[in-house]
Amino acid sequence: MFQSFPSVAAPPFRLSGVVHGTLLNDPAVLAALGDAVDQPPYKAAPKAPVLYLKPRNTLAASGSLLASEGLEFELGAALGLVVGRSICHADEASALQCLAGVVLMADLCLPHNTFYRPSVRLRARDGSCVIGPRVATDRRDPDALALHLRIDGETVQRISTAGRVRGAAKLLADVSEFMTLRPGDILMTGVAAGAPRVRAGQRFEIEADGLGCLTGALA
Amino acid sequence: MKSARVAYAGALHDAVPHARGLELEDGRVLAEDAVVWLPPFDVGTVIALGLNYADHVKELAKELTVSVKDEPLVFLKGPAALLGHRGVTRRPRDAAFMHYECELAVVIGAAAHNVKRADAMQHVAGYTVCNDYAVRDYLENWYRPNARAKNRDGATVLGPWFVPAADVPDPHALALRTWVNGRVTQQGHTSNMVNDIPSLIEYLSSFMTLQAGDVILTGTPDGVLNVDTGDEVVCEIDGIGRLVNTLADDACFGR
Repeated sequence: MFQSFPSVAAPPFRLSGVVHGTLLNDPAVLAALGDAVDQPPYKAAPKAPVLYLKPRNTLAASGSLLASEGLEFELGAALGLVVGRSICHADEASALQCLAGVVLMADLCLPHNTFYRPSVRLRARDGSCVIGPRVATDRRDPDALALHLRIDGETVQRISTAGRVRGAAKLLADVSEFMTLRPGDILMTGVAAGAPRVRAGQRFEIEADGLGCLTGALA
Repeated sequence: MKSARVAYAGALHDAVPHARGLELEDGRVLAEDAVVWLPPFDVGTVIALGLNYADHVKELAKELTVSVKDEPLVFLKGPAALLGHRGVTRRPRDAAFMHYECELAVVIGAAAHNVKRADAMQHVAGYTVCNDYAVRDYLENWYRPNARAKNRDGATVLGPWFVPAADVPDPHALALRTWVNGRVTQQGHTSNMVNDIPSLIEYLSSFMTLQAGDVILTGTPDGVLNVDTGDEVVCEIDGIGRLVNTLADDACFGR
């Protein structure tokens, strides 16, 4: 089923097909909500990592075509942490050693600006999670990567994975306090503020040094 | 015929009920406590419903920040949450309120995309029992119910049996109940779902393709009480099964 997804040149040598996303991990996304963070329905800033699942019907290989059904999508460029050894109740100091590598991800959703309820209808559409072409297993720092996002060949966003609410090690530690990440699982470290919109007829690319170029298009 | 998946003597096996417990596909007959019970089918996407019984909505009304909307409250769970019959679930020591939720689990048997409710039941392969724990202390109002409260390791228990749809004439006519240490604490009836099974399949398949092995946890009625370390929690649905779970403390999990 996952034949068209990248292989992993380190244990477990394959992806599991389990992909988790992290909401609100760019301080700018939270800041944009302003005072609303402390008002109902939220009443306080999030304490634990806010996660969502990209179920198996969403998974697509780089180069795939997503059926837009006439809808405009928010295109989130994200870094995926690929788990090598199970991460359970890990501490920050050792969490990164359990990774097999990192991979580019395109996390598409229907735009929404309220985060009270899990937006499964908006996040779990078929083909809305594109996995990049290669898993980089050379132990590069996941918090020091530059992602370039292009739509129809034009650069629309330049993203740094630095300066997140939780860096990769802290995120893995906090998530694994309650949820074990297993070999081949992917945890996305969060979409940056200012994610662009894409619609039918457009193609997109996400590129980073050493991670290749993820491509996709909306039909 | 009901079926289960168990681990025994170094391998995974399919099993069916037997007067003395269960019978493996190779003919061995074993007592219920001689095997390790796994979720009774190959579980795909786990789709859970919140607030899908009117009486449970009323029970929680005090703490709801906004009113119940017409759209079903849906959240997803990862595979690390899954646990089989007779398993052990960690109860964190700092939690004041951790509760069980007895739910009818609907197993999809055929891919469903844009299915109308009149055709929805054709996509159901069968049913099992779920006990979907929540730790209310960890609830936050971001993508609520958030993962730390509701997507915890080993806190979504499935089993013991997969029951084919043909053996369940009306899945909306089943009494369900939970016992804690032998005392009934929760009672309900699947006729009281806010969104029934065909509605849920129609709704879900309108935006995502459901696949064989995906499972819909249809929510729980009222009567959710705190449970403690050492408690035995039994969730039962008439004609589907009786699912046993025990709570253990942090020390048991090396914490």
